[in-house]
Amino acid sequence: MINYSLEAQQLNKSFGRRLIFNDLTFKFDKPGVYGISGPNGSGKSTLVKIIAGIIAASKGKIIHLLNGKIVTEENLHNHIGFVSPYLVLYEEFSTLENLKLFADIRGTEFNKERVDYLLNKFLLYKRKDDLLKTYSSGMKQRVKFIFALMHSPQLLILDEPTSNLDEEGKNSVYEIVKEESKTNIVIVASNERNDLELCDEIVLLEKYKS
Amino acid sequence: MSSKSYSLFLKDLKSELRTRYAINALAMFIIVAISVIMFSVGQEKISPSLTGGLFWVVIFFTAMSGLSRAFVSEEERGTTLALQLVASPTTVFSGKLIFNIILVFAMNTVIAILYSVLFEEFIIRNFLLFLTSFVFGNIGLAISSTIIAAIIAKAGAKGTLYPVLSFPILLPLILASVQLTLFAIDGISFESAKFELAIVISYDVIMLTASYMLFDFIWKE
Repeated sequence: MINYSLEAQQLNKSFGRRLIFNDLTFKFDKPGVYGISGPNGSGKSTLVKIIAGIIAASKGKIIHLLNGKIVTEENLHNHIGFVSPYLVLYEEFSTLENLKLFADIRGTEFNKERVDYLLNKFLLYKRKDDLLKTYSSGMKQRVKFIFALMHSPQLLILDEPTSNLDEEGKNSVYEIVKEESKTNIVIVASNERNDLELCDEIVLLEKYKS
Repeated sequence: MSSKSYSLFLKDLKSELRTRYAINALAMFIIVAISVIMFSVGQEKISPSLTGGLFWVVIFFTAMSGLSRAFVSEEERGTTLALQLVASPTTVFSGKLIFNIILVFAMNTVIAILYSVLFEEFIIRNFLLFLTSFVFGNIGLAISSTIIAAIIAKAGAKGTLYPVLSFPILLPLILASVQLTLFAIDGISFESAKFELAIVISYDVIMLTASYMLFDFIWKE
């Protein structure tokens, strides 16, 4: 069994003089759903971007471990799935083209069975050959989930995962979160009560403002 | 260059063929720039050395009009995050560099052909020297344009910043390339041009090394 864990050590992030959070320490060391919560502007998106290695912390560090070995920054993207409202895929390509090109750029094999399963799960199979620019915002949000899950990552990061989704879409997300959390670490950054109810543990960012 | 970088290049090529983000801008600029030079010259006889200088003026400004697209289009469309999530910085830079090298070669070949056809005075007497300087000059132009595009992509005034930042960085390359083109027009031997050739080749090596070293810091906010 693959054993993935991540540990934040005394994280601090400031934009100029504005402190976002300070001395943030936590450890997610077993499969489950972990929440990150806080009011608007509290730094939820900033924290998930730091965890995903997209932006750097001002102080402190995040350590990703796979079977006890440190995952290097160069390889981190192979172990992470990320969904957020500000993630944008290529609108001039269809869903299938997007997924294939991302698999090629990532250097992983395009797993057709897995992609077909996810396309069916998110009710997009019939529209898989349509250009993304013809999709509604809710459909684009569903494509992001397929993008995040297609390479079976050990760490799934969901920033406001249910935004733009209808009830059916939200239910699909909750099902996926429950399914993934059996074997992987799922991080949910949200203020939605329904999203946070899924979490085994929640990091409250208001506590790290001084 | 890995297969991942090649895949990223193919993505950019396919995207460019669908959106025509850079090709149209480059084609229009080449036509406009060469037309303006032709109208301003009129029936006047211009010296071969002046055509050599104007040749690189057209190349520089055409590059400024389209080569920033490598990173600016990703930033403007908001797709940078998706790329950060699937590829390492090295893969991204290599993929974008391959795309810009192909684009620079295509663009400058068109400019060279149009120049040869439209300006009688643009006669290359040492073709091998011209070809060598053309190849290394284009590679240098592509490397510098790619790393500068990455730097300015996150800035507010991208359009203004790109040529302003590019000019001092590209100046050594442009000066040496202009000189080599003049040597090629005058039919000067390879041996006599080795100093300028060494400058261009050294420039390419330095810029490539510095770009790969810097890109990690530029790519990660």
